[in-house]
Amino acid sequence: MSTDYYREGDPVADTKAPEGPIAERWEQRRFSGRLVNPANRRKLRVIVVGTGLAGASAAATLGELGYRVANYCFQDSARRAHSIAAQGGINAAKNYRNDGDSVHRLFYDTVKGGDFRSRESNVHRLAEVSTEIIDQCVAQGVPFAREYGGLLDNRSFGGAQVSRTFYARGQTGQQLLLGAYQALQRQVAAGTVDLHTRHEMLELVIVDGKARGIIVRDLVTGEISTELADAVVLATGGYGNVFFLSTNAKGCNVTASWRAHRKGAYFANPCYTQIHPTCIPQSGDHQSKLTLMSESLRNDGRVWVPAKRGDDRHPADIPEAERDYYLERRYPAFGNLVPRDIASRAAKVACDEGHGVGPGGLGVYLDFADAIKRLGKKAVEARYGNLFDMYERITGENPYERPMRIYPAVHYTMGGLWVDYDLSSNIPGLFVTGEANFSDHGANRLGASALMQGLSDGYFVLPNTISDYLADGPFEALDEDHEAVVAARREVEDRIAFFLNNDGDRTVDSFHRELGKIMWEYCGMERTDEGLRKAIGLIRDLKDEFYKRVKVTGKAEELNQQLEKAGRVADFFELGELMCIDALHRTESCGGHFRAESQTEDGEARRDDERFSYVAAWEYGGEEPVLHKEALEFEYVKPTQRSYK
Amino acid sequence: MKLSLRIWRQPDAATKGEMVSYEIDEVSEDASFLEMLDVLNERLIAEGGDPVAFDHDCREGICGACSLVIDGQPHGPQAATTTCQLHMRKFRDGDQIDIEPWRAGAFPVVKDLVVDRSAFDQIIQAGGYISAPTGTAPDAHAVPIPKQDADAAFAAAACIGCGACVAACPNGSGMLFMGAKVAHLGLTPQGQPERATRVLGMVAAHDEAGFGGCTNVGECAAACPKEIGLDVIGQLNRDFRKAAARAA
Amino acid sequence: MKPWRSNIGLKIAMAVSGVLLVLFIIAHMAGNLHVFEGREEMNAYAAGLRSFGEPLLPHESLLWIMRIGLIAAVAVHIWSAVVLTRRALHARPVRYASKKPARGESRHAVATMRWGAVVIVLFVVWHLLDLTWRTVNPVKDIHDAYGAVVAAFDPDRWPVTVFYLLALVALGFHLRHGIWSAVQTIAGPNTKWRKRTQAISLAVAVVVVAGFAIVPLAVTFGLVS
Ligand SMILES: Cc1cc2nc3c(=O)[nH]c(=O)nc-3n(C[C@H](O)[C@H](O)[C@H](O)COP(=O)(O)OP(=O)(O)OC[C@H]3O[C@@H](n4cnc5c(N)ncnc54)[C@H](O)[C@@H]3O)c2cc1C
Ligand code: HEM
Ligand code: HEM
Ligand code: SF4
Ligand code: F3S
Ligand code: FES
Repeated sequence: MSTDYYREGDPVADTKAPEGPIAERWEQRRFSGRLVNPANRRKLRVIVVGTGLAGASAAATLGELGYRVANYCFQDSARRAHSIAAQGGINAAKNYRNDGDSVHRLFYDTVKGGDFRSRESNVHRLAEVSTEIIDQCVAQGVPFAREYGGLLDNRSFGGAQVSRTFYARGQTGQQLLLGAYQALQRQVAAGTVDLHTRHEMLELVIVDGKARGIIVRDLVTGEISTELADAVVLATGGYGNVFFLSTNAKGCNVTASWRAHRKGAYFANPCYTQIHPTCIPQSGDHQSKLTLMSESLRNDGRVWVPAKRGDDRHPADIPEAERDYYLERRYPAFGNLVPRDIASRAAKVACDEGHGVGPGGLGVYLDFADAIKRLGKKAVEARYGNLFDMYERITGENPYERPMRIYPAVHYTMGGLWVDYDLSSNIPGLFVTGEANFSDHGANRLGASALMQGLSDGYFVLPNTISDYLADGPFEALDEDHEAVVAARREVEDRIAFFLNNDGDRTVDSFHRELGKIMWEYCGMERTDEGLRKAIGLIRDLKDEFYKRVKVTGKAEELNQQLEKAGRVADFFELGELMCIDALHRTESCGGHFRAESQTEDGEARRDDERFSYVAAWEYGGEEPVLHKEALEFEYVKPTQRSYK
Repeated sequence: MKLSLRIWRQPDAATKGEMVSYEIDEVSEDASFLEMLDVLNERLIAEGGDPVAFDHDCREGICGACSLVIDGQPHGPQAATTTCQLHMRKFRDGDQIDIEPWRAGAFPVVKDLVVDRSAFDQIIQAGGYISAPTGTAPDAHAVPIPKQDADAAFAAAACIGCGACVAACPNGSGMLFMGAKVAHLGLTPQGQPERATRVLGMVAAHDEAGFGGCTNVGECAAACPKEIGLDVIGQLNRDFRKAAARAA
Repeated sequence: MKPWRSNIGLKIAMAVSGVLLVLFIIAHMAGNLHVFEGREEMNAYAAGLRSFGEPLLPHESLLWIMRIGLIAAVAVHIWSAVVLTRRALHARPVRYASKKPARGESRHAVATMRWGAVVIVLFVVWHLLDLTWRTVNPVKDIHDAYGAVVAAFDPDRWPVTVFYLLALVALGFHLRHGIWSAVQTIAGPNTKWRKRTQAISLAVAVVVVAGFAIVPLAVTFGLVS
């Protein structure tokens, strides 16, 4: 094992997870956790950073319970949090289809889908709570798709064998978020939640070892202010934008998590990233983000590349015999429907070998000609019309006449701040929910499970578990002159002053793009020992150059989008380095993490349960982070190797 | 391609702004409109200038953050398309393009092309929700909803809160946005108990925030990237009339 | 804010008063066509309006009931129009530098409604001085409506005819948008019914304009004298 980039520390344990039969653990924890008397809740202040599914649902619910909540987001409205973009759907073990689904099956599928790198007790709780989420959302008026009988419709998603995905056309995330947003606005009107939009958290305040507040910058006036509380909840989303190009919204960032990490919170499994196979390929250097095309397209489209390298004929001129339907060839049983990670890697292999199509040879065809012949254009239009329109808006090509070009793109980050069963980080009083934590998906997230987790955390888990911590509160009153507060503020101010005074000549975006390229090349779909070592070196060099040459225009006391970006990119540099170190140390392949050195003869991922059945929880240590292992135990789902042949 | 841009520049809410001209070339046809502005900004920074501020986030037409008035049309010339999804191939080499912020009394300019749309949140706070405290919900199948109603509710719920309707309306009215929410919630059985108080509260907040009245001009629906139709305003008017009559 | 002072409340007030005005206008238009039956009939019709219900009701009852209703409707209509227009100006304080081609269902309705309304107000003032109070009309005998009309549009007074026609065009635009707008405001129709009321509005506007216009034109061109 390569220990040249890190030290190994003591193992960690999830001390809150109850023992006993798995189906009773959540109930048991709810019962054993202490409660806060309603009259005392008014005296307790909780900060929630983030208004996505995880944040808005938590803030609204805590407000309903009577806590005093301060809620933050960097967008101009809480409704614009990145959860709004989720398309496909949300899973729940309702078994409305009577097709054999159950809490246990959802639990089983999720543990297996995560390639046996998640905690059984967490995943089981997620599956249990999933049914309540749907009830809750329907009561809020979320317009899920329905059948003619007026009951909710379900579909099967991401290769699942049961139909357990609830959806609202291609806008499930939007509708769920609006439900949570509206519940949140109701609490704002009721006076229980103070909502601060266009505010960015830039530092965590820790007093006597407890998380007691945050330092925020008002993105309009530039004013730096302090918010103090009894507990802090981070629901700040994923960090896929470390790759610059991803399906995430432009503002997604790691700053809140990273600042907490620097203050002592463990960062778990940072290298687990999910790469989505069906995205619209990059068209040029101006490209600012990548757009996801729904996974459902693979139900009817056939993936192929020209068999001859560098064949740049019009796709219609390439005869059948000269096409390579590589997924159907390599995975006869699953064909075009293999899981995300496999489909993504296969596309990369095809392009790396010179068969790619479109600009830069970074694309493969997703062809609907057969489907149109078989079903008729009308039927294809009914199924995918809106996706085809979106594709045409972006590429200017008509997918009814010419096969779509697709390419994998970074989509979701399974890693995040380490939390225990109560969603508490290792810093007392700091809780983490949604994509920002590492908890429930292991090494790979199943389609339609992120929305489920965000809402499970925010509506049902956190409000129950945080009371056990708050039962000790209210904590000693603090004021803004406390030395820890002053120091945190000074750090923020110094960083801002540094950027604005740096006499540089390169834009923030140019650095971010370059960092993204390094990450994609060496810490993307396929990772190698050599590549990762190289990447760490490149990132360190680029980081030095960043601090020397970055140029940030404007002032501190105004809306300054360059300044915002600079702070985020600075944190991405440090995160990128840790991701590479994590990827380097995990010499097995599992889920979204594929190490070229750990594969079977026919190129499939090979897990190493003997050595790596643990969560890697990293403690901040500058250039030498400290690894704490949390061992994983599987009592109910026995680890097996996945096979899609 | 080569373009002449005229862009509204305004350092902050208090300072007067003006249209400033920029020339930009080698714009790729495949770039989105916002990517074209990214390229311009990179150049402005390199030249020591101040980059143009504009709101954006998802860049895939769903968050409702992006908000430019392009050649006098909110979200530009392509129907049912947000600014972030508009691509440069819709323009021609040598075009002059005017870029302005949303204009409405209730949406004051913050900087350059960025405006303050918090008035929309205030409208929602005044009743744009269903009171369903967490944990109190019955089983999701307890109340079936006819598919037509569910589909109609969904169509109204598709609003992304971008504010293009207000920017397009000659009266600076927020009726299409408000109507979309009133229609969405009013079409579900869960939304019935609060239907009357909701519409009265929201209309009061709408007017309070300084939006104008609707005179049924229809520019809002033409500009709406999610194709929310005037029906929702009709529905809003009807709900309001009934609720006001009951309150009186 | 009281519901009826809200933008929608005022809008409903404007719509209801507008509908009353539309009903009056249609009746007035139809009444005017008596001109083509000749002096006796037209004056008899005018007299009939005044003596309606006599002797049970006092003289001119119907006319006064109608007038009071009309004055009330006009007052409500103008008041709500002014308040809403002022609010709209506040709600849209800055114009776009770029002129855009309008795309809405009722393009240019704001300009035609508001400027048209000014023209209509001016017109009504003149019209009352001319044909009701006869201040500017040579025929002072209030029992001779026919004579007054003929005198009003005498070929020598062609600018008056032109002004009437101009006012009618403004009225036509006002009705084309106003009628369906009022229905949308009061009843809140869906797309199907909106398309229908739009068609009806246009038809009513054309008929009303034509029905009114034919009288001054007939007089000016000597068909009625
Ligand atoms: C294109 C796309 C499609 C997807 N489709 C699906 C799907 O079909 N099904 C599914 O289950 N999952 C899907 N996902 C994943 C899922 O959408 C996300 O994982 C989930 O929504 C994350 O929710 P969240 O609440 O944790 O974070 P987010 O929604 O990202 O919210 C983060 C919040 O934190 C705030 N924030 C962040 N940093 C700061 C800071 N420093 N200061 C202040 N505020 C801050 C932001 O303003 C925001 O409010 C999709 C993801 C993408 C990108
Ligand atoms: C006296 C002078 C008048 C003034 C100042 C006036 C003014 C206005 C204004 C400003 C509007 C709203 C504009 C809009 O919706 O865009 C309006 C609407 C309307 N007017 Fe008038 N108007 C006048 C006369 C009339 C007359 C004579 C009629 C009938 C023939 C009429 C019928 C209507 C109707 C039906 C509406 C539509 C109401 C609605 O939109 O709900 N108005 N008027
Ligand atoms: C162009 C054709 C028109 C002709 C020939 C015409 C004719 C007349 C005549 C003869 C009278 C007097 C009736 C009487 O006192 O017995 C009258 C009254 C009136 N007209 Fe017209 N009119 C025309 C158009 C209009 C229009 C377009 C309007 C409104 C916008 C209008 C509004 C009125 C009003 C308000 C009165 C007063 C009614 C009253 O005395 O109570 N007229 N008109
Ligand atoms: S109604 Fe349409 S234009 Fe108005 S805010 Fe909603 S989506 Fe935007
Ligand atoms: S453009 Fe304005 S006037 Fe009404 S129909 Fe739309 S809100
Ligand atoms: S940036 Fe999100 S809709 Fe345009």
